[in-house]
Amino acid sequence: MLSYSFDFSFLLTTWPAFMRGAWQTILLAGTSIAIGFFVALICAIIRSGKNKLASGLVGVYVEVIRNTPLLVQIFIVYFGLPSIGLRMSAETAAVIALVINTGAYGSEIIRAGIESIAKGQLEAAECLGLNKFQVYWHIILIPAVERVYPALSSQFVLLMLSSSITSQISAQELTAEANLIQSETFRSFEVYLIVAAIYLALSVLFRVVLWAIGEVAFVRRRKLRT
Amino acid sequence: MSVNEAAGTRPRNEAVPGAEPIIVVDSVSKSFGPLQVLHGVSLEIERGTMVAIVGRSGSGKSTLLRCINALEEINGGTIKVCGHMVSMSDRASVKRLRSEVGMVFQSYNLFPHLNVLRNITLALTAVQKKSRADADAIAHKVLGLVGLADKAEAFPEQLSGGQAQRVAIARSLALSPKVLLFDEVTSALDPELTGEVLKVMEDLARDGMTMVLVTHEMAFARRVADIVVFMHQGKVWEAGPPAELFADPKTPELRQFLSSGL
Amino acid sequence: MITFSSTHLIYLIEAARWTLLLSVLAFIGGGILGLVLALGRVSEHKPLRWLSAAYIQIIQGTPLLVVLFLSYFGLSILGLDIPPIAAAGLSLTLYTSAFLGEIWRGCILSVPKTQWEASNCIGLSRAQQYRYVILPQAARIAIPPTVGFMVQIIKNTSITSIIGFVELARAGQIVNNSTFQPFITFVFVAIIYFAMCYPLSLASRHFERKLNVGK
Ligand SMILES: Nc1ncnc2c1ncn2[C@@H]1O[C@H](COP(=O)(O)OP(=O)(O)O)[C@@H](O)[C@H]1O
Ligand SMILES: [Mg+2]
Repeated sequence: MLSYSFDFSFLLTTWPAFMRGAWQTILLAGTSIAIGFFVALICAIIRSGKNKLASGLVGVYVEVIRNTPLLVQIFIVYFGLPSIGLRMSAETAAVIALVINTGAYGSEIIRAGIESIAKGQLEAAECLGLNKFQVYWHIILIPAVERVYPALSSQFVLLMLSSSITSQISAQELTAEANLIQSETFRSFEVYLIVAAIYLALSVLFRVVLWAIGEVAFVRRRKLRT
Repeated sequence: MSVNEAAGTRPRNEAVPGAEPIIVVDSVSKSFGPLQVLHGVSLEIERGTMVAIVGRSGSGKSTLLRCINALEEINGGTIKVCGHMVSMSDRASVKRLRSEVGMVFQSYNLFPHLNVLRNITLALTAVQKKSRADADAIAHKVLGLVGLADKAEAFPEQLSGGQAQRVAIARSLALSPKVLLFDEVTSALDPELTGEVLKVMEDLARDGMTMVLVTHEMAFARRVADIVVFMHQGKVWEAGPPAELFADPKTPELRQFLSSGL
Repeated sequence: MITFSSTHLIYLIEAARWTLLLSVLAFIGGGILGLVLALGRVSEHKPLRWLSAAYIQIIQGTPLLVVLFLSYFGLSILGLDIPPIAAAGLSLTLYTSAFLGEIWRGCILSVPKTQWEASNCIGLSRAQQYRYVILPQAARIAIPPTVGFMVQIIKNTSITSIIGFVELARAGQIVNNSTFQPFITFVFVAIIYFAMCYPLSLASRHFERKLNVGK
């Protein structure tokens, strides 16, 4: 077996490129998560709603997305849509694909939260005179999202990691940056070790930020931890 | 049969003479699919009285309460609360009803994601459009009434069952309802915790609040209620002041129910 | 110009067999390693718990694509001239083991503590407790999420197309390169993936319902 000597000297000149890549991944994933959350929320509302047709359509969307690979979804958006007249940049395609993906997974998570709200909660709120919209907002939606927030956060971290796949359509992000660097330095293994370390750091960062958002948004979480 | 006719004697809380009863249930029937649960129930409840509904499990007590509060659609008969017809399909009437009737449930149904104060102020701000400061003041006042002034910042899961139920009562009280409905509010509580909840209810009765409660606490009903209504198989089987009803049950069903020790 | 035809469709379906084969490899490899990890996570020995937790955290915190690159280039610096399927199989095994390890840990922990105590009282050794009491119960709980995770495995094999392993997604790219009809090509690719994944999703849900009814 050959002896292999590790060489990380390329970092001296390429670290800004890694940092740029990391920042681009933060932007790409952050945007997709923010938009994806609202898509998920709306889909969950429709899916658990009374309109059978709308709920069925959302169901089809969710199942199609959850049972096909993200890579293929990205190809359809980036290569497929232009052939039917919709042209876009790689980054836009990446965001669209990631949003569609998060929307599907997120909506199932939120829907589970909505369905876990006890009927007695709704009756109690009704008896207090809250109208339909108020009941939905205060008693169903907010507690539902609060309840599933940890699961949502995990899903969002997974999404950030999956965004590496968008390097395949040369969207600007960390893995694409790394592909470029390794083709210039030929230290492939070392380059991807560094990238792995950066992704690990990013997943910690995303966890911390999502946790902090939860602390601000959901008072009970903050109060009960004592 | 009207409760008043059956009552014969004067309730301990003086009803306003000549005034219309605050709740009038007239030949109400209710079915769930093929199962008829209420068979022509009639009942009148005077202002300022406490009416206790007793009876076996499944006799339709909760259903009656839920019909009065428009949580269930009735299939026949009429219900009037504060002079207005109750109809689930009429939004305006339901809205008015909600402002007049409060309800407390066996399972408390506090909102787990809101602290005690917010549980109470939610409807004050969202429904009655009060300012946050006014709502908070009312909340603190009703919390004082149920003896939980120090729990405003607590979350429901930090409360004992008895405390949670008292918060639920305070939450209803805050909206200053004309009638309070209680559905087995002590049934989920450990025996040593029922006392604190019953005491709150007794205080309310003394202050003249109109209350309808479904209960298994016979001793309490006997001591505090003005009228006791015995329901059996979806009908008002017997009704009257507790002293008479308990001492001299007219029907074998009530006699059996009383002797079963429930 | 060549247009998308039944020949292409047959080519895609044939490539899907490699997707399935790779999925099976990943499930077997990842399952064995995952069981070890799950037991490590609930072990009485702190270093074991710590090691398996660290492994799971690292793999779950790294994109599968990066694990794939590391497997691919890592194996090649070992001087092995290896076919892409080896790197593909290795990376998917690492990935699968981390997720199954974590899922199964949860299943083991959800067996009530009293089962441990009861089996301890009748004198079973720790290994016997696992073998006869804990794992059979944990396995029942594990079926729905495990079947559900198989869907993730199948979908994620698509990433191995990036190092040139010719499975369904790569076959789609090859077809597209000759037909220049990306939309129809990748829609068909998606349909074939769906046909493989959806039954598993349904099965997972079915088992979950059955489990809940049995409770
Ligand atoms: N939502 C419902 N759907 C079908 N049946 C119901 C429903 N609610 C109550 N019932 C039935 O109506 C009958 C009376 O119930 P209930 O009013 O809860 O009795 P009680 O409160 O006196 O124990 C019971 O047989 C019960 O099973
Ligand atoms: Mg009842």
